[in-house]
Amino acid sequence: MKNPLLRQVLTLWLPLVATYLIVLLLVRAGIIDAYMQVTIATICINIVLAVSLNLITGFTGQFSLGHAGFMAIGAYTTALVTMRFDSLVGFLGGLVLGGMIAALVGFLIGLPTLRLRGDYIAIATLGMAEIIRILLQNFEFTNGAAGLSPVPQHMNWTLFFILTVGSVMLIRNFVRSRQGRDAIAVREDEIAAESIGVNTTRSKVLAFTIGAFFGGIAGGMYASYFYVIKPEQFGFLKSVDILVIVVLGGLGSLSGSVIAAFLLAIISTLLQPFPGVRMILYALLLIVIMIFRPQGLLGKRELSTALLPRFGRRRRPEPSGKEAA
Amino acid sequence: MKRILTGVAAATASLVLLAGCAGGGAQGQAPAGDTIKIGLNYELSGDVATYGEANVQGIELAAEELNAAGGIDGKQIELIKYDTKSDAAEATTLATKLMTQDKVITVIGPATSGGMKATIPVAEQMKIPVVSGSATADDVTVDANGVKQFAFRTCFNDSFQGTAAANYAASKFGAKKAVILRDSSSDYSKGLADAFRQTFTAAGGEIVSEDAYAKGADNFNAVMTKFKGQQFDVIYLPGYYTEAGKAIKQARDLGVTQPILGGDGFDSPVLAEQAGTQLTDVYFTNHYSSADQDPKVQEFIKAFEAKYNTEPNAFHALGYDTLKFVADGVSRASEKTGEGVQKALAETKGFAGVTGTFDVDENHNPVKAIVFIGYKDGEVAVTEKA
Repeated sequence: MKNPLLRQVLTLWLPLVATYLIVLLLVRAGIIDAYMQVTIATICINIVLAVSLNLITGFTGQFSLGHAGFMAIGAYTTALVTMRFDSLVGFLGGLVLGGMIAALVGFLIGLPTLRLRGDYIAIATLGMAEIIRILLQNFEFTNGAAGLSPVPQHMNWTLFFILTVGSVMLIRNFVRSRQGRDAIAVREDEIAAESIGVNTTRSKVLAFTIGAFFGGIAGGMYASYFYVIKPEQFGFLKSVDILVIVVLGGLGSLSGSVIAAFLLAIISTLLQPFPGVRMILYALLLIVIMIFRPQGLLGKRELSTALLPRFGRRRRPEPSGKEAA
Repeated sequence: MKRILTGVAAATASLVLLAGCAGGGAQGQAPAGDTIKIGLNYELSGDVATYGEANVQGIELAAEELNAAGGIDGKQIELIKYDTKSDAAEATTLATKLMTQDKVITVIGPATSGGMKATIPVAEQMKIPVVSGSATADDVTVDANGVKQFAFRTCFNDSFQGTAAANYAASKFGAKKAVILRDSSSDYSKGLADAFRQTFTAAGGEIVSEDAYAKGADNFNAVMTKFKGQQFDVIYLPGYYTEAGKAIKQARDLGVTQPILGGDGFDSPVLAEQAGTQLTDVYFTNHYSSADQDPKVQEFIKAFEAKYNTEPNAFHALGYDTLKFVADGVSRASEKTGEGVQKALAETKGFAGVTGTFDVDENHNPVKAIVFIGYKDGEVAVTEKA
């Protein structure tokens, strides 16, 4: 299979379309019931949140505790727009607008703060998310602490699939681009990167802005599926929840984030019958996983190199290949 | 690109696994017909777990009593309980699970308005009623699009409470001027304050000053000093006991002596602990009073103390009433389905609970009496029904 186009069709588009169609059929046939659809929706939203935060924290190395803030911007924008223009066009417009406003806020916040190094950024982003939450709580047009409801539901499996796969692919392409490699260089050693001519602030701000955009998209997906949004849902703990997915999957591994999002949803589902001790068991499981896999499930690696044959592609084998086995 | 593909492949595999688990769980349950299944979808962990826990304790006591008395039409009540983690999206997820996989006939909870609103669209879709004992926001059961057919509650709403407090201020204290101090981070507080302001000004009163604090605030000296310099007859303080206790103490310490009115958020022993003997001339609206001499209330308090070794508060009582209310609806339903129960609940007349006897009105709100509880020197001195 020397033809790259054919290879791409066989290894990427075919399985993707097949996954989409199979789930669609199962939904139609009633095998995937309403409850499982909600679970799938949660997983899709968590995937987009996790990969976008992974771009900031995992690939660029900027420890951000403010992702829930971007999510809140996307969620509120989408909700406000769809509550006025209740149609698919209105929803998609709101979704994109939400992503763009989140990106703009990310850019404005990132510009001064990303000149800082290390832990200061965690504090700055945490402050930003809190400011966003408090503003939403006090604005009249966001209906204060009561939040917005009912938000019209426009998300369905097709949209979830397109948005989730699209987000992961775009972020993947960014990471593999020149700018993405600059970002990784910044993570590895900021001074070394600067000395070979990488504009470190520019790389960081770019990654932060793109991460914020997709954080906003995830918020829009959330708002348009779960009917009710309130400022308190986008607090500090939500940021930590997203960070947990990223760290569990592996900082710098997109497939790790995807797997972690699935894994946490499964754990959460299996623990539902034990309401009293659910959160204790959940936390215990996380501790145990982190003890045995401190670098996260996949570390910095992606899934495919370990599991898939090469299809005649020439690539240097990665040194840490044993890890993912 | 291949990496994404493998991600998706893994995703599909997990999905199948998920399906397997979920399917297995559903099969393990007793076949329908042996018991009456009622879902509990409550905040058992997270921010508002206190309210969820209290509701559930009341519900479990009621279930024990009903089952000991033979259940509903000879069938035992089976409670299926889940924890929403105080998260609205989780409330939606679990309501869906209860309705589709556990096949409950009615879902009770969540305790808070936000969580409750997140489950109503599911209820309307699945045609299974959801009932809350303590979701008091006005728009829980009715909004601009009309009444939500499958949503019910057993507590009065925020505007009823705020209105009652405004009327009480005018009738009991002859108040013409009031100040409002509310919690800016709570929709409950906003709802009460709005209703109070509207009723009070409509009756010719004047709101002299209005201020807000954020959740967790513990210094009220500045705002109380500001109030002290003004002419007014009552303070309306619609908030939760955690902040209200401190606010009351600091107001009295500063020599602000006007009566302080509040809502059911005051209902906790913590209020008296924080304010001590400074808790004087403080009145709040509540769902029930443990001092009520109605034998029904006294029996409930006795049974509750025997089971949990503590005195029940309004959230316990509301939980207890909510299950009894649902059980009453199920037993009257001609068809034992979600729609049958919905019809029966909507037609409820003269249901006698420990928080009062009520009918369900066309907006699915209970029409019931409100109780005023007044403190003097840290002790309950007044209990009035209005």
